Amino acid sequence: MSEGQKKETTEQAEFRAYCKEWLSKNHPGRPDVKIPQGALELSDPAALSWLQKWQKSAYDAGLIGCDYPKEVGGGGHTDCQAIANAEMQAAKTPYLPNIIGMGMAAPTILFHAQDDVKAELLPGLLSGEEIWCQGFSEPGAGSDLANQQTFAERDGDNWIINGHKVWTSLAHFASWMILLLRTDKDDKYNGLSYFVVPIKSAIGKGVTVRPLIKMTGETGFNEVLFEDFVVEDRYRLDDVGAGWKVAMTTLLHERGAGNLVTPSSGGMSVEEEGSVSVGNVSSLISLAKGQKRNGKTAADDPQIRDEIIKLLIRQESMRQNGRRNAVPSLVDHPMRILLQGKLVGTELGQDIAELAYQIEGIASSLNVTDQNAPGGGQWPLAYMNSFGITIAAGANEVQRNILGERVLGMPKSK
Amino acid sequence: MNTEIPKNFGFGEDETMLRDSAQKFFADNCSADKIHGLVAGDHDIHRENESNWDKNQWQQIVELGWTAVCVPEAAGGVGMPAVAAVALAEEAGKVAFPSPLLVTFNSTFLLNACDCDAATKALGTIAGGAATSLAITNQEGSWDANDTDVTVDGDMLSGTAYFVQDARKVDQLIVSAKNANGVGLYLVDISSDGVNVIADSIVDLTRDQAHIEFTNVSAIEVAAPGTGNQIIDAAMPAILCIVAADMVGAGEWLLQTTVEYAKTRVQFDRPLGFFQAVKHPLVNVMLDIDRAKSLTYNAACAVDTDQDNAEKFARMAKAQANEMAIFSSSRAVQFHGGIGFTWECFVHLFFKRQMHNQVLYGDAKYHRAMLADMLIGAAV
Repeated sequence: MSEGQKKETTEQAEFRAYCKEWLSKNHPGRPDVKIPQGALELSDPAALSWLQKWQKSAYDAGLIGCDYPKEVGGGGHTDCQAIANAEMQAAKTPYLPNIIGMGMAAPTILFHAQDDVKAELLPGLLSGEEIWCQGFSEPGAGSDLANQQTFAERDGDNWIINGHKVWTSLAHFASWMILLLRTDKDDKYNGLSYFVVPIKSAIGKGVTVRPLIKMTGETGFNEVLFEDFVVEDRYRLDDVGAGWKVAMTTLLHERGAGNLVTPSSGGMSVEEEGSVSVGNVSSLISLAKGQKRNGKTAADDPQIRDEIIKLLIRQESMRQNGRRNAVPSLVDHPMRILLQGKLVGTELGQDIAELAYQIEGIASSLNVTDQNAPGGGQWPLAYMNSFGITIAAGANEVQRNILGERVLGMPKSK
Repeated sequence: MNTEIPKNFGFGEDETMLRDSAQKFFADNCSADKIHGLVAGDHDIHRENESNWDKNQWQQIVELGWTAVCVPEAAGGVGMPAVAAVALAEEAGKVAFPSPLLVTFNSTFLLNACDCDAATKALGTIAGGAATSLAITNQEGSWDANDTDVTVDGDMLSGTAYFVQDARKVDQLIVSAKNANGVGLYLVDISSDGVNVIADSIVDLTRDQAHIEFTNVSAIEVAAPGTGNQIIDAAMPAILCIVAADMVGAGEWLLQTTVEYAKTRVQFDRPLGFFQAVKHPLVNVMLDIDRAKSLTYNAACAVDTDQDNAEKFARMAKAQANEMAIFSSSRAVQFHGGIGFTWECFVHLFFKRQMHNQVLYGDAKYHRAMLADMLIGAAV
């Protein structure tokens, strides 16, 4: 009864016990380097290398890629990744660094690459030894993703690629990139093709990676330029002209709505003692209790109280939506809750950060670099950074189109 | 005290079958056209205070066992979890069902919180089909369980109860009344001597409401003076779930009906739903409905399996359902355009039901203020 409608299989129960046992002995402990809040903010090679060591040890133990076939470096299990994820979360492990690889590249490769390419690329991806990045966005192709201008021209068994990708997280560390581009200039959607390309080995030989500076002043993503970059044809996924279809596999998994559960670990706090934990409402309550507002404690201000409770209700409803999504008889359309995840999660995070810096009052004007900044200046920074994810992975306006069209069946806005 | 919390909210095969049978019943009997014909025959703003409903349908749903769903087996009922009643209330909301079903569920939960032979006996009558409503609100419309304008002397009630829901559809009432020891709860046959039901003229066409005068009315005690307020508090999470579920159902009807209109109504050579000024707010309505629905099932599940958190979760559900109710009905009228503003368009039935629902047992600001006291601590 406690597992709801689905009973755990024998395979799952044994796997869960195995994960618990392994994690009890192999937690990597506290890092000896400063780890940023998420993999997409990684800039210190030492931090990356520490996290890669953790991913490799969890992969070698079979906790990552458990549902992938053995032939491609996976564990050959059925529906076990969610169990490994839950156990890693419960054990408060560090996060995994190769998130674009596991969340987007791996399922796309599994479903669309030829067999020798799967066997060549997936083991190094799942182990985290080879970091992946995503080459989708371009200066002229953001929300209108199909407006790709990067072009690949056939040259015997090779393709010659020219173009310009932007907002490419992790490109400065990546060995490989999933790449959406154009192979036919006359057909917007059917003129797209999809490749996996080795970028690190081609730096200076057709590939240039340059950091882009975010509005906060931090680096974190890059632009990638291709000038006569030569790629073998076997790294093409699916047919020439089928790029849009392949990209949909990537995007479904990115939005957490794909067939395969993405390996993830986490739970270990990366913050130093005494710094704020951004991103959840309970930290807002402690903030408001410690903050004066026109001579009164902010937590006693009826308007602040009301706003905090509104956010708490939204946070709880997200949790309960996830629970309800697993009960098919309580969900009208199979994609209805799944496709809301990115939208409601990122907007909640943004609204939490906005209220938090407002609770801090004039002191929130202090930057992270000011020693008097409350909470180290993390809230105004978190507010600015929150726009990264309301825009990325399909701006939330595009998410609303998708929900309106695919779930509610309204006509396409294009 | 708390049992294991089921991940599926306790919504298993039996609950699914019950809900599916309710969907069939409503599809067969309660089209919007039919309900509109039943309750909206007279559009005159000075119309008589009528209570329009189909008593034969009540007999049918009693025979289907709906009133027995949350009555314990020991009292002659089925003893299903609160989510079962929530699912029925949600389906009733989808058709703006005029009936004493919701108030009878509310009465069931209040009697379930009492612990005496008289309450068990009363529950048996509900399982058998006795429609029952709550008379627990004073003239100010206070939701504090200590507030009542009815007094009790021995087992005789005097005074007036206000805002009694569906009073003209029910057979009996549970009345809160107080003496020097505090508030007690009393079962009253509505046809008793000294009971005077005075209909309120209300906006919502799909229910009725009354204030009820009691003049030396003989009553059966189900909770002694001094205990009734705690029993009302204990039952309130389940009551809030029932109202919230009705709102979720009504919200879904408003959403789907408006989406359908947005697909077919053409302006500027395109269906309305092409335009993001229409499409995106309708998606936001859907997000709001899903939040309210998940919170409502969670709260109903807590009523049976996590009592310590039931009040918190139920207030969250009702607060969210209230915001959703206003938003879903306002967008429905607005996006139907001129026709949405007319009496002939069915939207007004649901619009008015949502208006009524959202002030019933407390609006969003009230519940959020209560939650702030619980979760942040009382303000200084």
